[in-house]
Amino acid sequence: MSLSEVFIILAKAVILMLSVSLVVLVLTYAERKALARIQQRMGPTRVGFKGILQPVADSLKLITKEDILPTWADRGVYWLAPIAVFVPAFLMWVTIPVTRQIVVENLDLGLFYITAVSVLSVLGLLMAGWGSASKWAVMGGLRAAGQLISYEIPFIMAILGVAMLAQSLDLTEIVAQQHSVSFALVQPLGLFIFLTSALAELGRTPFDIHHAESEVIGGPFVEYSGAHWSIFFLAEYMNTFTIAVLTVLLFLGGWSWPTMPFEGFLHATLSLIWLLIKTSAVLWLIFWIRGTYPRLRIDQLMAFGWKLLVPLSFLNIVITAIVLFYGLPLWVLTCLSGILLVGAVCIIRLNSSSSMERDTVRLVSAKDVRSKAKFSPLETSGGAE
Amino acid sequence: MQIHETENETDGSIDLMINMGPQHPSTHGVFRLVIWVDGERIIKSEPHIGYLHRGSEKICESEHYSQIVTLFDRMDYVGNLNSELAFCLATEKIMDVCVPERAEYIRVILCELNRVASHMLFYGVYGLDAGAMTPILYAFREREKIQNLFESVTGARMMHNYIRIGGVKENLPRDFQQRLHEVLEHLKRGIEECDALISKNEMFLARTKGVGAISGADAIDFGVTGPALRASGVVEDIRVTDPYSIYDRFDFNIPVGTYGDCWDRFYVRVEEMRESVKIIEQAARDLPEGDISAAVRRIVRPPKGEVFVRTESPRGDLAVFLVSDGTDTPYRVKVRAPSFANLQALEQMLQGAYLADAVLILGSIDLIMGEVDR
Repeated sequence: MSLSEVFIILAKAVILMLSVSLVVLVLTYAERKALARIQQRMGPTRVGFKGILQPVADSLKLITKEDILPTWADRGVYWLAPIAVFVPAFLMWVTIPVTRQIVVENLDLGLFYITAVSVLSVLGLLMAGWGSASKWAVMGGLRAAGQLISYEIPFIMAILGVAMLAQSLDLTEIVAQQHSVSFALVQPLGLFIFLTSALAELGRTPFDIHHAESEVIGGPFVEYSGAHWSIFFLAEYMNTFTIAVLTVLLFLGGWSWPTMPFEGFLHATLSLIWLLIKTSAVLWLIFWIRGTYPRLRIDQLMAFGWKLLVPLSFLNIVITAIVLFYGLPLWVLTCLSGILLVGAVCIIRLNSSSSMERDTVRLVSAKDVRSKAKFSPLETSGGAE
Repeated sequence: MQIHETENETDGSIDLMINMGPQHPSTHGVFRLVIWVDGERIIKSEPHIGYLHRGSEKICESEHYSQIVTLFDRMDYVGNLNSELAFCLATEKIMDVCVPERAEYIRVILCELNRVASHMLFYGVYGLDAGAMTPILYAFREREKIQNLFESVTGARMMHNYIRIGGVKENLPRDFQQRLHEVLEHLKRGIEECDALISKNEMFLARTKGVGAISGADAIDFGVTGPALRASGVVEDIRVTDPYSIYDRFDFNIPVGTYGDCWDRFYVRVEEMRESVKIIEQAARDLPEGDISAAVRRIVRPPKGEVFVRTESPRGDLAVFLVSDGTDTPYRVKVRAPSFANLQALEQMLQGAYLADAVLILGSIDLIMGEVDR
């Protein structure tokens, strides 16, 4: 390897690092503004024009804060954990293209590489939990391990469905395959499984169980402060962005769908804009879900994953395989997938509404109670036992 | 790493002991709950209180009667006016003072508004406990309207010191009726909006249904009162079953639950907000003109004796036992705080629950630590 190659690799890494950090800064601002809109607030308004410098102020604050090491912490593990979470989040970007031309290194086994690297972050969370020597952190770390590993299966299966359709693991190729029809239209079920399990992978509402503030007080991150905490934070938002981009690339047709007639420089610019627009839409959906839903309990999460998403993801593979094997037109797959998706939603709704009786609170008129001279509360209550 | 373990007697495995609180974001103040968990399941729990003990009851013994009202403000700091009312009622009863009609109506209006504000706070915080971050902001929007009204009437947003022995501090502002009308209109819409925001959410239902259930008989045995007791299917509301002030004049409903689980405790409070609005509307309609306070000396000196007064605070049966020895200061003031009694049932509710449920169960009791520890 010559010196210039090393230099190019280094330059690429630095550019990637800077652009991803910039994206994270924008993302935190966007999330705060989006949540504020949902919650009838203004969000940040003070720092800079409309508060756009708020993320900068926040990051400065975080960097200048003291790094605290708990007395009983396992030093090495404790300090390594943020890096173990951050590095996989960063490495994923090696092969993710944002346009046909802009990509650090387009690998033929891109998707395979991404799924392999994404699993690594569990290790970091477990390390953070264990190294902190706090029971809450251990609890959070174990929750993270359980959750991330169980949702890895439907996540990879959903990706596999796309790989089967595109007959490729190369992300640029997958996008190119969608120039006529996006895979979201062919596999709505796949999109549903992918997004749901991605939310769980990210640990975002309603699956933010491993760092639930009201339960395990931030989980694995509870003892961290300052710069080390911000590395976790950075990794988390980076992952959110990665997932949004992946959703766009795998299911929403990336830059090629519905149309991209230009070539050359114009192609690169417009592709980037097109991709970013689609990505923002997915991100907005993720923020919206965060502003709307409460958190699931860990057993409900596991039940949802293993009893519903895993079987569904296998079915998704099976129907895709059947359609591809017999060479049936793609609309057949759309229909099958759609039917399964509707069925799944019906199952979820039926399950919850049948086991849940909503009108358990009744109104007893004060007049009736007063009219009884000697009133015995338990007698008239009916449902006391 | 240091972990304190205790051995599980049944199978010799080791349960993890966890300190939940006193510094934990969802213990609603400085409450410490020691729990032993096996994985995510709670094996045993042990509540510890006393982190906010200020000796209020003892301080009462060295203060003039009129000064004690401010101490009661600081006990239930979310339902201040209801707290004040309990003490004033007790003193009035021992002195045999007849409170003017107008003062009674003002008290009822403000106390019910306070109940709505308190339940709104509960509603919002409960959403946070369940992991939804939006409800609290909607709830605070409604609560803010009530707080503004309180500010215009009492001069303070909290710690009002407005209800005085023999009546209320001062007359209502001139545009009170109009302000109240506006607040009520907002509230009616707000309550429906809040209800629609989270109550019908399937995930919320899945989290709260059947969690921390307690039967009516058990609840009575533990001394649980207020919305938590009514959620277990017991029809008991002191405003109706043992009326004080002028509550016997109003027509409203008592919301009663069925299973006594977290959902019932949550929804009983939502329904109670609606009923409170009904009471306020009736009271505002009938609000008479006249005096706002009986002729009571500034430093009251009740005759020797003792009284016991029960009131329905937003959290339950707030009772005051007052012993007077005929001097300026009471001989003894005993407060029966509803939060304290409701807390006793916590251990039973937590049996076999998940760690995540502990937060919801604790939240559903609606603790105010200022009242528990006094």
